[in-house]
Amino acid sequence: MVEKDQLDALKDIRSMMKQSSKFLSLSGLSGVFAGIYALVGAYLGNCFINDFIQTGEYLEGYTSQYFQLLIKLLVVCIGVLVLSIVSAFYFSNRKAKKLGQKLFDYTTLRLFINMFIPLLAGGLFCLAMLLHGGHFVLLVGPCMLIFYGLALVNGSKYTLHDIRYLGILEIVLGLIAVFYLGYGIIFWSIGFGVLHILYGIYMWFKYDKQL
Amino acid sequence: MINPNIHKLNKAFENRVRLGIMSVLMVNDSVDFNTLKDLLQITDGNLASHSAALEKEGFLHIKKEFVGKKTLTTYSATKTGIKAFEEHLDALEKLIKKLD
Repeated sequence: MVEKDQLDALKDIRSMMKQSSKFLSLSGLSGVFAGIYALVGAYLGNCFINDFIQTGEYLEGYTSQYFQLLIKLLVVCIGVLVLSIVSAFYFSNRKAKKLGQKLFDYTTLRLFINMFIPLLAGGLFCLAMLLHGGHFVLLVGPCMLIFYGLALVNGSKYTLHDIRYLGILEIVLGLIAVFYLGYGIIFWSIGFGVLHILYGIYMWFKYDKQL
Repeated sequence: MINPNIHKLNKAFENRVRLGIMSVLMVNDSVDFNTLKDLLQITDGNLASHSAALEKEGFLHIKKEFVGKKTLTTYSATKTGIKAFEEHLDALEKLIKKLD
């Protein structure tokens, strides 16, 4: 039947356009795990900061204790980041296998590059603020949220579209946090912890459950 | 009765492989040989002959260059190709809407 052929043709076109332009193996579970790591990281970071505040050198800038705190926080951040990336690759690889796709192809690379540009800019910007010390430090948490949100919005063109709304939520949260300085760690925990977990669960039910 | 939209379908896109090649090139600026082959899950010869046919129609541009000792073939859709494919899609859509 000619009509049936045409319908199949349209379906083919649609799936080929989507599959060739977007990284579709992103797993919801990777979001849930990233959120859990972030909450643990935020708890550890909060402990370190409280210890530091008790020493009474808060907002004085370059002291050796301040640098010790910086290094501790940096280690926690890198730990959270590395664990999140490892989990993301693990769960996405599982999903890619189920979908019969490769984990690493040019769609993965394109997503990576487009997220990396705002992330690198934000990372260096935050590092500079940490090095300046003083009140700048209070802006680090909100800035991480904003730049991460921008990275997600930018990357959403190259993966599941839902990521865009997560990105917008992160940006809004970051902007609110700028007006309520001093609560950085709470906003950070909501943005990187709670939102990731909720969004990961939502994505899992929407895309991964039926696989 | 034969639907008049059938005549608007472009013969050059009737084949599944050609349809696939054009679909991929509509959403990507350029795609290399191996990526396209993997996406469409077809053989080297199949891709080469169908892409050559589309090039002959003026619908796609094939670029060959050397990377070290290997040749790298990349494909991109021409403006004519994009326009022709869009018209083909419109005709397909109209055909299917008649079915409902």
